[in-house]
Amino acid sequence: MFYRLSGQFRTSYYEDNRLIGEKLERTVFIATMLVASIAIPLVASPYLLSAVLIPFLIFSLAALGLNILTGFAGQVSFGSAAFMAIGAFASFNLLLRVPAIPSLLAFLLGGMCASAIGVLFGLPSLRIRGFYLAASTLATQFFIVWCLSKVGWFTNYAASGVITVQHVAPLGFALDNHVSKYLFVLVVVTTLTVVASNLMRSNIGRSWMSIRDMDVAAEVIGINPLYAKLTAFAVSAFYCGIAGALYSYAYVSTVEPDGFSLDLSFKILFMIIIGGLGSILGSFIGAAFIVLLPIWLNVFFSAMEHFSGLKAPSGITSNVELIIFGGIIIVFLVVEPHGLARLWQRAKEKLQIWPLSH
Amino acid sequence: MAFFVEVLVGGLLAGVMYGLVALGFVLIYKASGVFNFAQGAMVFLGALTATGLEQQGVPLWLAIAMTAIFTVVLAILIERLILKPLLAQPPISLFMATLGLAFVIEGLAQAVWGNNARALDLGIPDVPLEWLLDSTGVGVSTFDLVASIIALALIGVLSAFFSLTKTGRALRAVADDTKAALSVGIPLERVLIIVWSAAGLVALVAGLLWGARNGVQYSLTLVALKAFPVLIIGGFSSIPGAFAGGLIIGASEKLADVYIGPMIGGGIESWFPYVLALLFLLVRPEGLFGDRIIRRV
Repeated sequence: MFYRLSGQFRTSYYEDNRLIGEKLERTVFIATMLVASIAIPLVASPYLLSAVLIPFLIFSLAALGLNILTGFAGQVSFGSAAFMAIGAFASFNLLLRVPAIPSLLAFLLGGMCASAIGVLFGLPSLRIRGFYLAASTLATQFFIVWCLSKVGWFTNYAASGVITVQHVAPLGFALDNHVSKYLFVLVVVTTLTVVASNLMRSNIGRSWMSIRDMDVAAEVIGINPLYAKLTAFAVSAFYCGIAGALYSYAYVSTVEPDGFSLDLSFKILFMIIIGGLGSILGSFIGAAFIVLLPIWLNVFFSAMEHFSGLKAPSGITSNVELIIFGGIIIVFLVVEPHGLARLWQRAKEKLQIWPLSH
Repeated sequence: MAFFVEVLVGGLLAGVMYGLVALGFVLIYKASGVFNFAQGAMVFLGALTATGLEQQGVPLWLAIAMTAIFTVVLAILIERLILKPLLAQPPISLFMATLGLAFVIEGLAQAVWGNNARALDLGIPDVPLEWLLDSTGVGVSTFDLVASIIALALIGVLSAFFSLTKTGRALRAVADDTKAALSVGIPLERVLIIVWSAAGLVALVAGLLWGARNGVQYSLTLVALKAFPVLIIGGFSSIPGAFAGGLIIGASEKLADVYIGPMIGGGIESWFPYVLALLFLLVRPEGLFGDRIIRRV
């Protein structure tokens, strides 16, 4: 009733090729973008912007990057945080050492550095797959974090290994307050999401999916696994690298290599499991879920303390958070292995026939 | 030379412990094709529960026995709540479920027993063997030696169990083809419970030995991450492989840390095993003793 596809005919090649085919979805998308770009900066509190929306968008981008590799190309990786670290530190060093480099270019090159290293560490994927590959990406994770913290040049010989990023003004748009940071992140994430959606409909995106579904069969029908896997690693690492640069320049502003630990990699992996493997929308839903969960739990715990008058022993909350975190992942895998994105898909199907049941 | 031997022996003994942790992974992988990421958390939980009970005044042997029973209960719960509903899912979903399980177990262990590191005394002295020190100048701790013997005995028993007993054959049949095993009447439920209990008990032993050495603390879960390269080198489905892989990783890690480490800034223990395993994979993708990977379309 609300969501009807009937009566929408695609009469031209242009219409058939649109990124968002259905009229209602297009309207919803435009409305969301308007709200996100105009209404939210006007009304949102600095807390909401800096502690919720900015990390949400940045982690969405990182999750999208990992989803390209794991969800679309089928290569499980535990190294996404390492690629974020490369993006962050490469941008920092480019801005530091190359005189008068435009910051946007530095971010882009930072992403490309991550991409290059992604290809390097993607090479084993040509020989190995599955768990063996997942285990080998741990090498990426540990080696890169070690390298960044041991080689002083990367942190500009900061004694503590912690760097404070420069103030930047991409295209003259100074990132000096929450609103400007939010808007910059929003623009970057939206652009890269549109690019990713288009990639998935292209030749290369489809070759990734065929590699994921059955690599031997994909090879038989003429897909070059070398090219498909390495491009997947490159694009994924690029997205993670950009997310890392945004993470350091628009979110935390003081960065240390240990901040990009294995825990962060797992966090990003959980985002795509909960959101939905192989779904662009899922990356966003998953990121929202993981960013919001600790906040909700905190609110819940403080409310419980307020009403019951009892004080939870310190340390309990973080452990309960771990339990709930793990529990949710298991529940999702059991109840809805395709993630929240599939729930949304089902809701859409229900809405199309509502109020009828079949 | 004596120094080299000492480093090598120290590494090999540490390697036995890695092998012990890796053994838990192999058991579950061999019998159900699941890569159980929660093994590290189980090591942590086992050690923490035994130590916690002991500090409540329970005698050590009783604490260990109670923990062992608890481990079996946990295995049954895992089978009921996680493995059964996920039976028909691809291995990667099961793997991710064990990732979630790892979080649940870590959170649970710390919520019950607290976040503090605890000391554990098994009553085995941690002093160098005197006769060996006197005759060769190489220091080997009694504790390490006893730990290695326990580990070797466990590996021997489990290998025999897998290859000689009826249950062992059933386990291998399930790993080979779950559906076929079900159709010839192998009770899958029981097989899974047995194998998860066995893995839990191996984790308990590993946790006790590691805990007595380095204290029972959260970093025990990280030991499990070291089992990854051990498994890659040894092969995911081979019990002797886990042992051999453990030795290779333990020895090369210590040697690299002592001889290569100072040249490039130290601390290379954190990544060296993984890079070594990676290089290994390029030569032998199925590990030293793993089953040959045969792929069909």
